[in-house]
Amino acid sequence: MNQQALAEERYKELVNAVTPDSKTGENCLRAFLCGGAICVLGQFINNCFTSAGFGKDPAASYTAVILVLLSVVLTAAGLYAKIGKFAGAGSVVPITGFANAVAAPAVEFKKEGLVMGVGARMFIVAGPVIVFGTLASMIMGLIYWFTRMR
Amino acid sequence: MYIKAFIVGGLICVIGQLLIDKTKFTPARILVLFVVAGCVLGALGLYAPLAEFAGAGATVPLPGFGYALYKGAAEEIDRSGFLGVLTGGLKAASAGIAAAVCGSFLAALCFNPKEKE
Repeated sequence: MNQQALAEERYKELVNAVTPDSKTGENCLRAFLCGGAICVLGQFINNCFTSAGFGKDPAASYTAVILVLLSVVLTAAGLYAKIGKFAGAGSVVPITGFANAVAAPAVEFKKEGLVMGVGARMFIVAGPVIVFGTLASMIMGLIYWFTRMR
Repeated sequence: MYIKAFIVGGLICVIGQLLIDKTKFTPARILVLFVVAGCVLGALGLYAPLAEFAGAGATVPLPGFGYALYKGAAEEIDRSGFLGVLTGGLKAASAGIAAAVCGSFLAALCFNPKEKE
């Protein structure tokens, strides 16, 4: 009896290993739709700024700022978490996901005080992003500086 | 342009989803990885054509943030030499970071945490 249970266990493992993960496919479709939609919204905001006479770079910066603020409001209202449940990486990878990662702990840990709660927890995810982003940009910048010297 | 932004932006998110599902990376690691990847691709000259092609589809996802960091560094190096290595990246990221910090701080003052479902 015990042996049969063991065999069944092993069989399940084999089946799991062989069957393609259909959940991954569905997750990817959701991520694609939601991520794409956020980018379309970004493109729309960007177009609004360029047609209002802003240059390319300022328009891109303002687009990022608007998306960030929008995401902060949705996060505070508890809606971004709901979008995230549906969209997975589609809500994490766009810049709105970065803003969500700043705003969500800021609101959640306000009980721990303004300094060590809001101020410190705000960077629990954004901190590593800024640290490694800055390091990467410095390394790449250094290489660029060297190649320019020659 | 909207269609290109949708497809390219969506595909970048699919890469993120595959990383989450297949490698058990936490979202924080994905964000770090994507920012660094965007920075490196920018330095290799590969991200600029993508941004030209897909617009917000390439600049709104996190690799676009990394690309902006590199672009800021390169522009500052052109303008002020070696100092740009230190100042350029953060300068380019400053608008987004300041908006996120300021908005989140106000949100923390005005809102209370939602009950977890």
